[in-house]
Amino acid sequence: MEHIRTPKVEQVKLQDRFSNKVTAGTLYLTATHLIFVESGSGSSSAQEIWILHHHVASVEKLALTAGGCPLLIQCRNFRVVHFLIPRERDCHDVYSSLLRLLRPAYYEELYAFSYNPKQNDQQREEGWQLIDLNAEFERMGVPCDQWQLTDVNREYKVCETYPRDLYVPVTASKPIIVGSSKFRSKGRFPVLTYFYQEKKAAVCRCSQPLSGFSARCLEDEHLLQAISKSNHNCRYVYVMDTRPKLNALANRAAGKGYENEDNYSNIRFQFVGIENIHVMRASLQKLLEVVGARFLSMTDYFQGLESSGWLRHIKAVVDAAMFLTKAVTVEGASVLVHCSDGWDRTAQVCSLGALLMDPYYRTIKGFMVLIEKDWISFGHKFADRCDQLDGDPKEVSPVFTQFLDCVWQVTEQFPQAFQFSEWFLIQIHEHVHSCQFGNFLGNNQREREELLLKEKTYSLWSYLLAEQQNYENPLYSPALAETQPILEPSTLPCHFKFWRNMYHQFDRTMHPRQSILKHILGLRESNRELERAANQMEAKLQKFSVGGAPLHTGAPHRPRPKSLILTAPHGRKEAEEETGDAEDEVPARSGAERTVEGSSANENGYIELHGPFSTKPEPQMVSLELGVARMTC
Amino acid sequence: MEFAELIKTPRVDGVVLHRPFMPTVEGTLCLTGHHLILSSRQDSIEELWLLHSNIDSIEKRFVGSLGTIVVKCKDLRVIQLDIPGMEECLNIASSIEALSTLDSITLMYPFFYRPMFEVIEDGWNLFLPEEFFKDIESSTDEWRLSNVNKDFSVCPTYPALVIVPKAVDDDTLCKVATFRQGGRFPVLSYYHKKNGMVMMRAGQPLTGTNGRRCKEDEKLINATLRVGKRGYIIDTRTISVAQQAKARGGGFEQEANYPQWRRIHKAIERSNILQESLIKLVEACNDQSQNMDRWLSKLEASNWQTHVKEILTTACLAAQCIDREGASVLVHGTEGSDSTLQVTSLAQIILDPGCRTMRGFQALVEREWLQAGHPFQQRCIQSAFSNSKPRWEAPVFLLFLDCVWQILHQFPCSFQFNEHFLVLLFEHAYASQFGTFLGNSAAERVKLKLPQKTVSLWSWVNRPQEMEHFLNPLYETNSLVIWPSVAPQSLLLWEGVFLRWKRSSKCLDEAYEEMVHIIECNKELQSKVNALRRQLAQLETGDGLLGEP
Repeated sequence: MEHIRTPKVEQVKLQDRFSNKVTAGTLYLTATHLIFVESGSGSSSAQEIWILHHHVASVEKLALTAGGCPLLIQCRNFRVVHFLIPRERDCHDVYSSLLRLLRPAYYEELYAFSYNPKQNDQQREEGWQLIDLNAEFERMGVPCDQWQLTDVNREYKVCETYPRDLYVPVTASKPIIVGSSKFRSKGRFPVLTYFYQEKKAAVCRCSQPLSGFSARCLEDEHLLQAISKSNHNCRYVYVMDTRPKLNALANRAAGKGYENEDNYSNIRFQFVGIENIHVMRASLQKLLEVVGARFLSMTDYFQGLESSGWLRHIKAVVDAAMFLTKAVTVEGASVLVHCSDGWDRTAQVCSLGALLMDPYYRTIKGFMVLIEKDWISFGHKFADRCDQLDGDPKEVSPVFTQFLDCVWQVTEQFPQAFQFSEWFLIQIHEHVHSCQFGNFLGNNQREREELLLKEKTYSLWSYLLAEQQNYENPLYSPALAETQPILEPSTLPCHFKFWRNMYHQFDRTMHPRQSILKHILGLRESNRELERAANQMEAKLQKFSVGGAPLHTGAPHRPRPKSLILTAPHGRKEAEEETGDAEDEVPARSGAERTVEGSSANENGYIELHGPFSTKPEPQMVSLELGVARMTC
Repeated sequence: MEFAELIKTPRVDGVVLHRPFMPTVEGTLCLTGHHLILSSRQDSIEELWLLHSNIDSIEKRFVGSLGTIVVKCKDLRVIQLDIPGMEECLNIASSIEALSTLDSITLMYPFFYRPMFEVIEDGWNLFLPEEFFKDIESSTDEWRLSNVNKDFSVCPTYPALVIVPKAVDDDTLCKVATFRQGGRFPVLSYYHKKNGMVMMRAGQPLTGTNGRRCKEDEKLINATLRVGKRGYIIDTRTISVAQQAKARGGGFEQEANYPQWRRIHKAIERSNILQESLIKLVEACNDQSQNMDRWLSKLEASNWQTHVKEILTTACLAAQCIDREGASVLVHGTEGSDSTLQVTSLAQIILDPGCRTMRGFQALVEREWLQAGHPFQQRCIQSAFSNSKPRWEAPVFLLFLDCVWQILHQFPCSFQFNEHFLVLLFEHAYASQFGTFLGNSAAERVKLKLPQKTVSLWSWVNRPQEMEHFLNPLYETNSLVIWPSVAPQSLLLWEGVFLRWKRSSKCLDEAYEEMVHIIECNKELQSKVNALRRQLAQLETGDGLLGEP
């Protein structure tokens, strides 16, 4: 690789973000990763950090210090590493190489195009076939007597950013669709995204109308009428503009805007006030600044949490999804959701609403389908929002992260309603930014087809399904889906929490030192093994009594894939460490001893015990850092 | 006094009860000497039995002739009673007010409560200082059990028996007591078997403005140090608060007089500030506003989490000094019966796996809170809804429980008891049928004859059928020191107490049940597999085959 000037730097120090802990090691720069390997210990417990270039959000060279040249790397998966490189020249080389590598100019340079998980073509194709959106609409009961599949966008001629297959009311003719699309920003006319079969109520999505101060469009009015008429349960249809009213008003001056209730018959118009991508970007940045501070006081934490606005925004999205859910499930009304372009806030509200209404989306497979439908196929601009290529920084925004955060907030209130645990959400977040799989590359389906992603890259979904057992929520109750299909989370502010396991996923010291989730997952796996063992022995016993051949029950146990434990965010990674805990009471050895799972007194920084005694200098604080499990990307 | 005098209207029909996340109940309201009872007289519907002593404050409103009483409880629950008839409502309200604020301890319910269960193990005799000392005696002979305080005259808030350095005689102790606030001379709180270091606690030294010193005090403290060793004095107050205390005759240990000790000041707030904090926090939690900024700023302004962080940090510091620095520690604040106990008891939970067991934790509460003279009666007389001007009340013990919960949350497999047990202790500290938390000191408990006249909470809790609710199914013995994180991101609002009545617990309870189920399933399968394995091995050896490993 011509961009890599220095492939290896020795004697680099890694400084922990929140404590005084320093680890010495060697830094390697490869075509895809920046790797730090702890030196010295030589044992298997040596710390290794693998950072995918695409995960790097920013690299900063800080002012030279006595210990060397500091290099600060912030990643999109919320990892922050602080290296001290002895020689400034090396530091500069690493710095400039990274700058060149972290955001390529072309899609083809992304990791997904070189990533090879040793699957054959057939397996790869199967991976891409896992999710079939037409089958998903069938599951909802579409097409039906009121809704049909239209081929109007087969060639991406009506709307470039929509998928080919779209569902519209049977009464909406092609001229009406085309007419409506001309009246909607980016041609994103109203289409079906979720069908609530029980009440025949539809959730539709679109972009803002080009109404300006007075313009109207008969075809668009017709299309809304058709949506309204397709639902016999309710005389009106809700139009949810997910923007704050002020933003929508301002858009009128640019010839855009919102629906005038006078022009559309039987609509109920509603603003829900979710802020735009720029506000969200600034909000997350502020949040990360606050929680990244060392020796953070409680006051600064809460004030920072408040002033970042992050939880306020999360609540706004959940509020909007609740509004949608109630309109559909309680009133039986159809709802049309839009924002400006209909690919950010609209995606958030439609997908979160569907998740609250339909238990299927709370399963592992169903959640993949939901993301594939409302985010990938309907053209959430992953490439721009996640900064995959060297693009406009103003287009970057954590809209999808926010959606995952909202989902997590709901899982916290309903611990048995979801088949997956937060590890699943965190892993998806990881790969939305890793560019390791093809699913999230590009901004819309048309672009993805042009990139021949299905031929050249692999699908994340098959990768995740292969490791499904690690993402399962052991407390999941499928029966609950029957008795309580619709979730109504409380949206009181006190029920929204800072998602520490996401935003501090690499900051080991912040987390509970024992994970209940990991523990229960382990027990469940152990239950399966024990059942198998019991079955086998029972069969053997039978053999003794009847004298027949031993029966083989069940396949041999498949060990938990290693890769996950390695890639795992907090919790999972201590899997290996924990085994050591069986040893009781470790006697003090040379002033250093083990504490529970990497927990040590000075790492937590309770106080700096400085200042000597009157006669003797302060005793050295000793603590033995536990082997920190390896992390790879 | 007869309770009947206070009960103006003993019974009202047609009262409607509203409780958070429960269906409304219509029925008959009855007032007895100690309970407010609402019964629908239908078997299927749960009745309400509320101890008057659990009522923190009431509010009454009228709409026409329909009166409404809002009852705010010390366990932070808020219930509403709709009472037809203005007179009835006023009578009920004034009766409740009178009955929930009885002056005399001996009129409290524990003196009237007769257990419906057989007391197998009397909780009053479970955790005696002699027992605790036996355990220490088995590891060291440097300490002795002194009965210098047998008639509570040396220190009125200490128990009759205290553990002191063997090298110090009772006369010296009496002299030291005159030099320490409330006579609370330094006593042993914890012995760290791993390295022989100790934690002691005391009241502040009465140095005053002119720097009084007390040779006996210095001698006592130094007697706890081994040759060549040094110690830390953790003063739970800031240096400026400690300075100000001099003007009122208090103070702190001067370096010059205690050269082998290093003093560290921390900033745990005094009780009136903690009470204010609790009131603000509960007010924030009960705010119905949908505004996120308002919630966060109120939560911040309450400072509750700051107190949690400060207390926990100080406890960690004490533990760190003992376990990591190999130094002994003396902890005190002003009286040595509030923040001091928070620190010494939490440090023991961090250091000593025994304190994380069911029995060990009970023993800790008994030893470091009840015996050590935390004034429960004063501190828990009112809770967060109190309208009266605060005097002695303060959530010192609740903050301790909150800190324990934080550690439990971070080490969910290292405690033998669960969150419910902590919530139970919170409830019973404020209102109870048991006598355990009555009185302010061991002396008062003896005077009130609590062990003879009331039932101990421990007698009830330790019955197997009760205990099972409070056992942590995830518990695995962990003999290590557990160091909690004190970063703000790691310390959470204790929802089990503060948001308990703000949401339905159904989903969380069911999830907990499922977790218990998985764990039990695992145990059953284990034993099944073991049984099968044995059976198989027998058969195989019987057949002359090789046995299974």
